[in-house]
Amino acid sequence: MTQALADRFRALRSTAPFWSMRVHEESREDLTVRQDTVEPPRLSLDRGAMLAAVTEGGYGYCATSDLSAAGLQAALDRASAWAEATRGRSVAGFDLAKMPAPRGEYSGPGTAQRPGRAALLELLAAECRGAKTDGRIVDRVAALSLIEEERQYFTSTGGELRQRFRYTLPHVRVTANEGMQTQARSLDHFQQGGFEQVERSGLVGSGARLADEALQLLAAPNCPSGTMDLLLMPDQMMLQIHESIGHPLELDRILGDERNYAGTSFVTPEMFGSYRYGSELLNVTYDPTVPGELASYAYDDDGTPAAKVFLIRDGVLVAPLGGMLSQLRAGLPGTANSRASGWNRPPIDRMANLNVEPGASSLAEMIASIRRGVLMRSNVSWSIDDARNKFQFGCEWGELIEDGRVKGVVKNPNYRGVSATFWRSLRMVGDRASFEVHGTLFCGKGEPNQGIHCGHAAPACLFAGVDVFGADA
Amino acid sequence: MKERFFELAAQLSRELRANEVLLCNLAGERSDFVRFNRARVRQAGSVEQRSFALRLVRDKRQASATVEIAGGADDFGLLRQSLGRLRDALEGLPEDPWLSYNETPRSTDSVRRGALPAAEDVVAQAIGAAEGHDLAGFYAAGTLCRGFANSLGQRNWHEVDSFNFDWSLHGGAGRAVKASYAGTNWAGTVLEQKIHSAAEQLALLEMPGRAIAPGEYRAYLAPRAMEELAGLLCWGGFSARSRATKQSPLLRMQAGQGLSPRITLLENTAQGVAPGFQADGFVKPSRVALIEGGRLGEALVSPRSAREFGLESNAANGGESPESLDLAAGTLEERNVLAELERGLYVSNLWYLNYSDRAAGRITGMTRFATFWVQGGRIAAPVGAMRFDDSVFRLLGENLLDLTREREMLLDPSTYEGRSSASARLPGALLSALRFTL
Repeated sequence: MTQALADRFRALRSTAPFWSMRVHEESREDLTVRQDTVEPPRLSLDRGAMLAAVTEGGYGYCATSDLSAAGLQAALDRASAWAEATRGRSVAGFDLAKMPAPRGEYSGPGTAQRPGRAALLELLAAECRGAKTDGRIVDRVAALSLIEEERQYFTSTGGELRQRFRYTLPHVRVTANEGMQTQARSLDHFQQGGFEQVERSGLVGSGARLADEALQLLAAPNCPSGTMDLLLMPDQMMLQIHESIGHPLELDRILGDERNYAGTSFVTPEMFGSYRYGSELLNVTYDPTVPGELASYAYDDDGTPAAKVFLIRDGVLVAPLGGMLSQLRAGLPGTANSRASGWNRPPIDRMANLNVEPGASSLAEMIASIRRGVLMRSNVSWSIDDARNKFQFGCEWGELIEDGRVKGVVKNPNYRGVSATFWRSLRMVGDRASFEVHGTLFCGKGEPNQGIHCGHAAPACLFAGVDVFGADA
Repeated sequence: MKERFFELAAQLSRELRANEVLLCNLAGERSDFVRFNRARVRQAGSVEQRSFALRLVRDKRQASATVEIAGGADDFGLLRQSLGRLRDALEGLPEDPWLSYNETPRSTDSVRRGALPAAEDVVAQAIGAAEGHDLAGFYAAGTLCRGFANSLGQRNWHEVDSFNFDWSLHGGAGRAVKASYAGTNWAGTVLEQKIHSAAEQLALLEMPGRAIAPGEYRAYLAPRAMEELAGLLCWGGFSARSRATKQSPLLRMQAGQGLSPRITLLENTAQGVAPGFQADGFVKPSRVALIEGGRLGEALVSPRSAREFGLESNAANGGESPESLDLAAGTLEERNVLAELERGLYVSNLWYLNYSDRAAGRITGMTRFATFWVQGGRIAAPVGAMRFDDSVFRLLGENLLDLTREREMLLDPSTYEGRSSASARLPGALLSALRFTL
């Protein structure tokens, strides 16, 4: 298919000075066992192309699932017409003298072959059965998504890229109820890779473990309320980084593109280079090179080569998350993060892999340093204002820490804060031993809307003086 | 697309072996998308997509496959290949005790033609009408279709031409007004009027702002703010599965707790714009009463949940989430809202709602766009974004004073995967107190 597509692309013609074609093909299988019943397996094949044309001050796209020569030419004609129609009416334009011509191939990790479907279903069924430990367990789900993705990119300047990705994504969730109390625990392991990721995820044995934890939560006291230390484990750091560093640093938000939908940012262009985002312990990178992290790749969807970039160094804001066009518009440096969710959506600035670099403290040292605080893990609730400043997040699991010791489990742990000041209260950063790779599959943004995956890796981190609270008594 | 879809379904049905049943669904659209920033075009384009879903049933086993088809001669071969893969998948599967599909064919056909201008003309009209203003927004328009066909001879089709221009006007200090123009017959003059009206509202925001300390305030939630609230409740609040597994945010209503008697909420398929049929081939009832007079009504029961929990299905989609919400009107006249609010917060829009304690129906979220401090029954000052954290049993229960007599029909501008066909007809709500925390 690759050579045929390349040949078809080379035969296309446009009046525009630059045009490109991005082809996505994704095959997927979703397997689920719920309440010991095998849900109908779902297979899918999603394949299509986006043709884009650039004129001086104009841009247009057209997406089609018709990959025949005629279908692609018709789509390019429509994209070219849009590029012409928007010439002189656009808020931003590419620099035609600097359009890329990238050439390369990339293949993400994932060598281990998957067992057959029957074996996979039995694996999931075992966890579902394993969670049936008590009459108060009211819902048990074990699922696995297997995805193979290929992205190809061709440009009229001679560019030709091919990138392949594999994702193996286990999910388990167990829910317990007693009276008006319902508590759930879940496992989500979102990384690139083959079947080896199932082993790394801790899927085996998770059904019984999560059931036990959900039952512990039913019996636990509510999370205390007050101003105290907050120890966030890496799976909640994932959400904290995503919402209160990632989105505010997206350059298209700063430039106003998202004002009607996803929102703006409290960050302004003049802050880069001097603004104290966090304490001196805070080091944040855009890093597409971490093996297995969800958004590790060699090129973004505009064909820009991807490399690690420090966004916050020693607490000071250094660079935004912005692709080729955003960098040109803002006159700022950026990252290779112009990404599209699929063949039918145009690339926009996304946060890709955004990580907090490891520090020097062990988890034991952090716990020992806490006079009164709460450890939280596994996000369950997220809400933040449109400028990505005032946030409130909740977790599935909490542990009360007093006088340097873990005292026990607490339920319904929540906290709230303000991004602009929260990261300055970072007082200890975990070392490499607590560093974990996580991510989300469901970052929503853009018009038309796009849901895309992002990776977030971090160690455990300790914050001082946070407004923590539980549920109403 | 209709003839082609039905033809492919018929061709595939002829490929079936003994005891096999095939269900086909199509979700297709031809769309023009134009994104605006600062009253200029940010990105403009067109998308044509056709997602064909096959479900093969044999001996109480089932598996499904979704294929993006091209609309050409190769489609049948691709789908036939998928049919073969589904046949293979069925081999190793156990019986599905919750399998359910419509075995009594009931065909329907609904085609609603609209009057849509060329998208390039909309660009010119929008830029012209927004001249002198800072407009950010998104225009989505074109033909949307949904189809169902099965090997038992049932055929259902839903096709509509529609547009949805969702935008905001922005002033200084991050102040903004949200508005939209959606429907099936475009008129440039209506867009001009709506932009003019939004500009007048924006002028009110240019008054000196007022900082509001956390605490409880009397509040009015305009219909668009209510849309966010209702939208959150749709996340598990009306699902039979969520109820049966105790995961509903309205769990306390299952135990008898009520909302205000003013709250009557329907899934009103007859008055909405979503298809009247669902993926298993069942035709939806015209109305389902989800909450009646403040008391929990029917759940949305998918055919699968009906089998699992021993319930009667009301042809809900698999997600058991409303698509055509309808909240009954109250007695408060819209022109009297400010006078009745007297002193408190007028909230045009809410944003990013989530459950802070799902089982207790506790909700947090932000105000967004135009929020005003009202004093003496008049708008006194704009207010910045504030966080609330309160219970649905207070918001729509003990603290609900009245709902407006007038309601707005709001068409969902969402375009994840494809353009949404969901809608909500909602009044505004006057509350004696809303708890702000940050």
